[in-house]
Amino acid sequence: MSQNLLGTARCIFQRDLILAARKPADVATPLAFFVIVSSLFPLGVGPEPDVLSRLAPGVLWVAALLATMLSLGRLFAGDHADGTLEQMTLSPHPLTPLVFAKVAAHWVTSGLLLVVLSPLLAMQLNLPAHAMGTLAVTLLLGTPVLSLLGSVGAALTLGVRGGGVLLSLLVLPLYTPVLIFGAGAVTASASGLDTKAYFSLLGAFLLLALGFAPWATAAALRISLD
Amino acid sequence: MYKYASPKNFYALAGRLIPWLGTITLLLFVFGLYLGLYVAPPDYQQGDSYRIMFIHVPAAWMSMFVYVMMAGAGLVGLVWNIKLADMLATASAPIGASLTLMALVTGSLWGKPTWGTYWVWDARLTSELLLFFLYMGFMALQAAIDDPRRSARAGAVLALVGVVDIPIIHFSVVWWNTLHQPASIGSLGRIVSPTIYPSMLHPLLIMSIAFFVFYFTVVLIRMRGEILARERHTGWVTQIVRSGMEAQGARP
Repeated sequence: MSQNLLGTARCIFQRDLILAARKPADVATPLAFFVIVSSLFPLGVGPEPDVLSRLAPGVLWVAALLATMLSLGRLFAGDHADGTLEQMTLSPHPLTPLVFAKVAAHWVTSGLLLVVLSPLLAMQLNLPAHAMGTLAVTLLLGTPVLSLLGSVGAALTLGVRGGGVLLSLLVLPLYTPVLIFGAGAVTASASGLDTKAYFSLLGAFLLLALGFAPWATAAALRISLD
Repeated sequence: MYKYASPKNFYALAGRLIPWLGTITLLLFVFGLYLGLYVAPPDYQQGDSYRIMFIHVPAAWMSMFVYVMMAGAGLVGLVWNIKLADMLATASAPIGASLTLMALVTGSLWGKPTWGTYWVWDARLTSELLLFFLYMGFMALQAAIDDPRRSARAGAVLALVGVVDIPIIHFSVVWWNTLHQPASIGSLGRIVSPTIYPSMLHPLLIMSIAFFVFYFTVVLIRMRGEILARERHTGWVTQIVRSGMEAQGARP
């Protein structure tokens, strides 16, 4: 009880990381999905290097979107099942920063790993080497937005029947701006164009999501636990 | 005014308003379609095919307006805990989704003579498609939650997130579109420029008002249904149901 707010948030962040480390399969499954989906495209459209390098930015970004979405289920489900979430809402601290700590931990165990994995898949899809840096930067800016927006959907569908498919219906339309500018930046970079504007816009999305999403997620959690 | 915040009084008020609003809707539709399909001259470029605009444009406008209404009603329900606002949001969603679908279908039908294909990833059509998905998500979420209070509140949060995101989605799509589309393809919206000929503008305005009144008519009908469903355990609803059954029983 004597913990201050920052200490509690840090505690939740570390706890979620430890939990993820204890159950590596939960973290690895969305990553494996990311790899498999990206590897299916050459099988579907043919292995011509030109076609693949044209498709690569869009394919990688869509796969990242879907992988993030799949990992959202575990964001609150475990804590909901064992009652931790209820205790969190009862704590003397405001819920929003605590939610933010959870989302941050989620991003470290999903989005950040996608960033690390992306150059490998980019090579597989024949993306030009100079666009790989752009891909990593856009994913670094974009995946936190995906985690933040996704947390709202995860909180709303908590304990709802058919939650997984429902979550995709709620969250994917909201993801489109990130997809457009993320994939757009990589395409621009692959054809040698300037990408500064894309980074600024993705950064703006990130700031907007940082400001509003944890708050909306906290409200949604309170509704779901009501 | 406060009297009508109770579902029972609102039910009676809506019942009195619906015939009037329905008549106004019908008259506006007949007059607007007469002006649009008969009086307005054919377009010098598009011939008669542009006339689908009189359905397409109001439907597209209303599809966005209804989403904002839904989010606004959701906010009122969330903050002040007003049941009628929750019901307004829930009742609006299927109407908004139908209008969005209508805008998509008419847009695609209009696209065939104008662009040569039924579907072009035009910025406006793409935004409408995403708006349709947002409506689908809202309705699916509300349908998946059985408790009416939780369902209404969860829907409200989703609608509010959506209403913040819609302008961002729209401008992203417009920007994406200018990057990927050759400029020679005209946007549907260019037709609705301020230089539009009055004999084409007037039916468009009348049709917009017709769609507007139509929305309020249908939303009131749907809200009456919602009220009956949610208040089915109260005495006054039981009475309505009983008198309805007696009226039916008297027929054979």
